[in-house]
Parts: sequence; C-alpha cells; structure tokens
Amino acid sequence: MTDLADQPEAVQAAPVETPFRRFLSEFLESRIAAVAVCVLGLIIVLAVLAPWITPQNPYDLAQVDVLDGRLPPGSEAFAGYTMWLGSDGSGRDLYSAILYGLRISLSVGVASGIIALAIGMAIGLLAAYAGGRTENIIMRVVDLQLSFPAALVALMLVAILGKGIDKIILALVVAQWAYYARTVRGTALVERNKEYVEAAQCLGLSRLRIVFRHILPNCLAPLIVVGTVQTAHAISLEATLSFLGVGLPQTEPSLGVLIANGFEYMLSGRYWISVFPGLALLLTVVSINLVGDQLRDVLNPRLKK
Amino acid sequence: MSAVLEVSALRTHFFTHAGVIRAVDGADFKVRKGEVMGLVGESGSGKSITGFSILGLIDPPGRIVDGSIRFNGAEIANAPEPELQKLRGNRIAMIFQDPMMTLNPVLRIDTQMIEAILAHEDIPRQVAWERCREALGLVGIPSPEERLRAYPHQLSGGMRQRVAIATAFLNRPDLIIADEPTTALDVTIQAQIIHEAQKLTRQTGTAMIWITHDLAVVAGLADHISVMYAGRIVEQGTTDDVIDRPLHPYTVGLLGSVPSANKRGQRLYQIEGMTPNMLAMPKGCAFAPRCRAATPDCSTAPQITKVDGRRLRCHHPQALGAAT
Repeated sequence: MTDLADQPEAVQAAPVETPFRRFLSEFLESRIAAVAVCVLGLIIVLAVLAPWITPQNPYDLAQVDVLDGRLPPGSEAFAGYTMWLGSDGSGRDLYSAILYGLRISLSVGVASGIIALAIGMAIGLLAAYAGGRTENIIMRVVDLQLSFPAALVALMLVAILGKGIDKIILALVVAQWAYYARTVRGTALVERNKEYVEAAQCLGLSRLRIVFRHILPNCLAPLIVVGTVQTAHAISLEATLSFLGVGLPQTEPSLGVLIANGFEYMLSGRYWISVFPGLALLLTVVSINLVGDQLRDVLNPRLKK
Repeated sequence: MSAVLEVSALRTHFFTHAGVIRAVDGADFKVRKGEVMGLVGESGSGKSITGFSILGLIDPPGRIVDGSIRFNGAEIANAPEPELQKLRGNRIAMIFQDPMMTLNPVLRIDTQMIEAILAHEDIPRQVAWERCREALGLVGIPSPEERLRAYPHQLSGGMRQRVAIATAFLNRPDLIIADEPTTALDVTIQAQIIHEAQKLTRQTGTAMIWITHDLAVVAGLADHISVMYAGRIVEQGTTDDVIDRPLHPYTVGLLGSVPSANKRGQRLYQIEGMTPNMLAMPKGCAFAPRCRAATPDCSTAPQITKVDGRRLRCHHPQALGAAT
C-alpha cells in the first residue's frame, strides 16, 4: 500500500516510518474501509466538480423548465440532454440537483463539524487544564446539553433563528460541541497523568505549552474519530431539518429538501424524486461512518491486536 | 569545593483522606560539583519524592512542610513557580526510569530536544538543532542526524534512554537527578548507560543524584551513598565505607541480598518483612520490626550520629564485617 520507494530519504538505512504512514497501511487493511474511502472520495469529487459536470444548474431558474417536471429516469429534457435520474416537480434534473445538494450537505456538515470541534476542543482542554470548580461547571453544562437529543436542540434553534445556511450551521454547532468537549476532556485527563508530561515539566516548559504542544496532539486520535462520526451525524441532521421544512430554503435544495419535495409524489409512483437523493444521502453517511469505524479501530490502542 | 545542592531536614508530606503520609521525613545531604551521590532504598522509601521535592514538582495533596533545599546557595524549597520553572531543565535536569514513557510518542526527537533548549534560551532553531546533534553524539548515538528525525517508537529502549540523558545534559545543568534510569534496561545496556552518565559528569563537572534500589549499580558509580528507609536517611558516607563496612543493619541487609558468585548455591539473603505502611509507621526506629539487632531501645527514634566518618541513624551500629 505504502510506496516507500518514492521517498528518497526513506530508502537509505532504517525505513523512516512516520506515524502517518503506519496509520495509512493499517487503515487500508480493511477492504470495506478502503471501499468506503473511495466512495467518499468520489462523492466529494463529484460534489466539488458539480458546476462543470452537470447539464443544469438547478439554482438558475432560467435553466429550469417546468415542462420538464416529474419526468421518469432516462427521459430527454426540453433542452436536449438526458435526465438519467429523472426530474422533480419543478423540472430540476435530479442528477444535477443531487450533486448540488451534496455540495450543500457536505459543506454544512464539514463546516459545522470543524467549528464544533474547535469550540469543543478548547472548552474540553480548558476543563482538563483548569480542574476543580471550573471543570465541574463546564462538564455539568456539557452533561446538560447531552441530555437533550441533538435533533431537538437543532430543531428549536432553527425554529428561532430562521432559515439559511449560516443559521443551520450555527444550530448544528450548538447541538454538537458538547460531544467534542467531553471526548477531549476525557482523553486529556488520561494524558495529563502520563510520564512524558512529568518529563516535560522537568524540562521547564510552561503549562500552556505542555497542554497545547504535548497533551493536545495525543488527544487528536479520538477527536478525529468523533469528528468523522459527528460530521456524518451533522449531515443527516441537516437533512432531517430540511426535510421537516425548517432547514434550507427551496431555492437552495440540499438533499433533505429534495427528499421532502419528492415525498408527496411517492404514492403516485414517482419514486425517483425522493429515492435517488435519499440513496445519495445514505451512501454519503454510511461511507463516512465506515471510515470513522475503521479510524476508531486503528487509532484506539486498546483495540489493537 | 562548595556544595551545588544542600538539602537539610527536608520533610515532604502528603495529606490524604486516610491520613498524613510522611514520604520524606528528614533528609539531609550535600552534593558537590562533579560528584555523584547514590540515593539507595527500597520502593516506597521516599527516594523519588526527594527528587521531585528538589524540582518543586510535588503535586497536592503533597507539600514540602519543612526543611531547606539550597541550590547554588539560594533557597529553592517552596520557591515561586516561575523561578522553579527557570531552574527545571536548565540548571537542574531529570532523567526518568522508563524511557518508553518519558518521550512524547507523537513528537519527533528533534522537536522535543530543541524545545528543551528554546524553553530557556533565545537562540535560532538551527543553532539549537546543532547542539542537539552534538549532545546525541556525546552519549554515543550513531548517525545523530537520522535519530533526530525519528519518532520515539523507532528507537530501542537503550537508545531512548541515551536521548533522555542527552536532553538532560543539553543546557549544561549544575545538577542532574537520575531516577532509576537503568532499571528498565537490560544489563549490558545498563552498564553502557552508567558509563555514559559517569563520563559526562566527569567532563562537564555536573553534580548528580543517582536514585536506585540497586546497590550494585551505585557501587561503581557514586562517590557518596545515602541509604534511605521509610522517608529517612539511615546511613550516609563515602561509597567505599558504606559498601565495604556497612554500619546500619538495613544497609547490611541490602548488601546481603545482592546476588554474587561467591554465594553460589546458598539461599539468597532477604530482609524479612515489608516496608512499613506509610500511614501507620512504627514508633521509634522504622526499621526495628524487621531488624535482627532490635532491642527495646529501638522504640525511641534514633538520632543522626557521626560514626566512623559517616552519619548514621541507629542505636546498634553493626560490627565491622557482620554482613550476613
């Protein structure tokens, strides 16, 4: 899997086995995970390249023709191209709409994931670093937050804030930061008592430096795992909110909006409007979760054979 | 020569819910420039806590309750944290027991070593890197440039301990506290590490406290030996005196339990009983319950006395050559 030969440094003497390279080869040991990574990579590439590989821009009303509405998969559109996945009620080509929807779903998921991770990490580290009463207060707030279902928190927030990408990201961050905070704090507490921290103290390093340079990098493994799983969670949460009609507006259809649009046609046999975006969502979330599972297996020393 | 470190009547206690643990309860010793002092004792006798007390790294519920630690003439017991931080790794360095645990697994060797220099000196990274390479060369690491780029898991135990020693010597400290640095290594590597450490102290004039439970290790390395039992130093003198003519029954017992060729086939001597429970110390001499020479006198705590050129805490100094 890992090609050492293209690294001139690695060839001479002992192979320089960086932690990353070792991680990569261990990660790819699982077939399913390797496939999941490929699928996820493909989805991301498709989403990024959407404007260049789709026949229609579903946001541009000039390109959407109502006469194309509800065409079954494989029909020819008024503009001449083939709609391989059919079209929805307002004449959007589903293939194009799904790729554009993926863009929104992925970016909302990743953006909220990164922001929640940064906030949760800072708060969790602060708790572990400060200890005592500060830690108690922070962790009780985290517990309180975690006792509400994430969907409920997000739903309430979006209902208050209104529609729009920024608002939904904010809602997802609020719903998810606590998971990161708890993970970081737990790992940091374990790391703090390790001998290398004591050794770092004996070198005369400042406490802040020990926390950020020595403890934090050792907490990254569980954070990455939680991050992947939570990102998948954020994507499905966004789809849920959009499906319920409180997420993204009709003019910026994410996967959830597309599924909701097609829902009313399900009983009349026009399955494709809901099913194809649903499949895209399923594939995305499942592949992210599979990657997350394998990350957990590889990065958790307790699960090592 | 003046003493680099002078510890007197040091008491470090831990105030736990179950009671007060007197981990160090009256330790006195001096270490001079270029001198190695062996601090010997069983597990739990307070050797390591003595070391951490000197560095000011006693975490609550522990606290230095009494005594003084003078380092280069200045009092550092209970000194403010910023002051201690300036000393740590700079003037006083520490080497730990388990080299597998003391290097941060996710940072490269060069990152960790350079950091140790830059924490105390404002010099360009490149200069610091040069110094790290030089230091690794000094402790006998072949191709130091390559090792600097490595991660800790790529080095063997002996190699890592050499890195730890090189790191300790990086800032030319006045004192190094080595806490059982050879215990986790196999015997041939032990000998090499001891040799490197000895060579470096001679070359740089660094004073060293070598904490160990193994008298055989310090016999060839230390100039002075302090034997510690249950938080107190019970015998202290030059290495020759203590090894050849031990006076305290505990030292006699420790020496008797070192395996050697001329005792082949015999049952190895062992000191009976266990180290006392730190929460329920025996009154008087802490060693009395395990001591063969104990008499009713021992129910009063023996004070430090000067016997035969060394300091002793015992009512019944052993006759010369009484080793079992």
